[in-house]
Amino acid sequence: MKFDLAGRRKIFSHGMTVLSGLAIVVIMVPLVAVVYEVFLLGAPVINGAFFTQQIPYPCTPEPGITCHQGGVLVPLEGSLVLIGLSSLLAVPIGIGAAIFAVEYGGERRSARLIGMVADVLSGVPSIVAGAFALSLFIIYDPTQAFSYLDASIALAVLMVPIVTRTCEEALRTVPHSVREAALALGISRWKMTVRITFVSALPGVITGILLAIARSAGEAAPLLLTLGQGCAHPLQGITAEGCALPLWIFYGATNPYQNWYNLAWGCALLLLGLILILSVLSRFTLDWMARRMRGE
Amino acid sequence: MTPGNPFPTSHPERIHRAPKVGDITFLILLLLATIAVVALMVALVVVLLYQSRLAITTLGFSYLTGRVWGPETNVYGILPALIGTLITSAIALLIAIPLGLGAAIFLTQHAPTWLRAPVGQLIELLAAIPSIIYGFWGLIVLVPLERTVVEPKLITYLGWTGLFNSTPIGLDILTASLVLSVMAIPTVTAVSRDSLAAVPRSQKEAAIAIGATDWEVTRRAVIPYARSGIIAGSVLGLGRALGETMAVLLVIGNRPIIPSSLLSSGTTIAALIANELTEAFQPLEAPALFEAGLILLSIALAINVGARLILSRLQAGQGAAAE
Repeated sequence: MKFDLAGRRKIFSHGMTVLSGLAIVVIMVPLVAVVYEVFLLGAPVINGAFFTQQIPYPCTPEPGITCHQGGVLVPLEGSLVLIGLSSLLAVPIGIGAAIFAVEYGGERRSARLIGMVADVLSGVPSIVAGAFALSLFIIYDPTQAFSYLDASIALAVLMVPIVTRTCEEALRTVPHSVREAALALGISRWKMTVRITFVSALPGVITGILLAIARSAGEAAPLLLTLGQGCAHPLQGITAEGCALPLWIFYGATNPYQNWYNLAWGCALLLLGLILILSVLSRFTLDWMARRMRGE
Repeated sequence: MTPGNPFPTSHPERIHRAPKVGDITFLILLLLATIAVVALMVALVVVLLYQSRLAITTLGFSYLTGRVWGPETNVYGILPALIGTLITSAIALLIAIPLGLGAAIFLTQHAPTWLRAPVGQLIELLAAIPSIIYGFWGLIVLVPLERTVVEPKLITYLGWTGLFNSTPIGLDILTASLVLSVMAIPTVTAVSRDSLAAVPRSQKEAAIAIGATDWEVTRRAVIPYARSGIIAGSVLGLGRALGETMAVLLVIGNRPIIPSSLLSSGTTIAALIANELTEAFQPLEAPALFEAGLILLSIALAINVGARLILSRLQAGQGAAAE
């Protein structure tokens, strides 16, 4: 009987190994299916015109009707404007707060408070960030409630905690001996922080910025509330209504026009590529940082 | 240390010199950034509270228990959206946790070494795919599949449970839960993998030495050690699922009703806000939607803080164990 029991335990153990292997197959199926579908439907749309032309008139091909395919120049420009504006808002704030926490806060409670606030902020749902930015503008200036500026504020809310957290961690990896050596040479404190500490931590800071951009570039929910409807016109300035890649995917998905739908898949592929490149780049800078820290 | 030194450091006994203009300017700039981060947190709550004041004073407690969301009648109850949010997130996690944990166990305990890093990194990359892409895929691929293949079968074979007795339309609670689970899986897998990988070898070796099989090592030695990390990861995944908008908005049908079955259309708080806020023309409608945002924010933050507390307790425990 003892032998039997051991045999059953072994068989059960093997069974569980197989099950856990199956789990990884099962989770890869939908994930691979998403990427496959995006490539399958997005790749045929991507050509020169895709990057240079305006959004076309809505159209579905029927016998006798051929549709103008057009391009996503405006959503693409819009996304770049949003990335630039939101980074401009979020990066200085995030870096400043992180430097304050690490360089001037030390181990005190105020230093940990900033980390905690950043952690809590990172849990804010993106739609709530959108509602927040919208209400700010409703209170402040309703005529600009739908604009690149408004949308950038919503995205910046999502970016600040990521930049703060990664920047804080990067600064903490800089050894105290480096700071002490600089101060001993008589450099002023702020120059030491900017030229020595911050530069040493730069790869980590860049990682944080890239991660924050990757997160916000794909967000559609806050744009739905704050960006308005500016896809049909060329870019008119940051206080005008606008368009962006994720937002165009939403329009293409919810409108019944074939050419808009096709462009939406092209946008999905473009966005996927952009975000994968940003993620890989951020991993690369992180490895760079790790190598530098080991002194290689 | 000089009393009143404005630049205390972690090594305060070292520095005795007068502050310079550059130093003061720099510190002021840093302080401004720091205040901005803290003010942002406060402003989120205050601004949403201010915008929803009309709904809070007019509707009061009935807002939380109301079963009808009706701009036509100017009566607003959050219950349908709240129930939709909780059900979809719960089902998504029920699917994502066992699969994600199983995959993490395979990756850390059984997979050949050369396979571990690439598959792990691939899953982390997939976690970065924007939710609008998952939603678009769900709408174009999953919804037709649900409508024509999966849901008719569920009705035929499992209709007696009462969970699946509606017309199969595809745009429903079940599809939304499935898309959410696909999105939550990379998060749960990545965090579980990290906590399983952090289990010390000695823990496993002790179990192997007394004759435990592979599964018994995992079940009795590895998982208990990594438990808090796994729980924290799942709670973080739950927080993301609760606040998810686009993936849900496209596949749930967007009807503010209490779902009668898993195949019934519904809505979530996030989808409700996205769907209606820019077209809220009734006097109470926008305030009611802002109040919904406030409720979503409170739930998400409570869950987030809970997960962080678990994680920090875990880290403190590991620190103590290491000493």
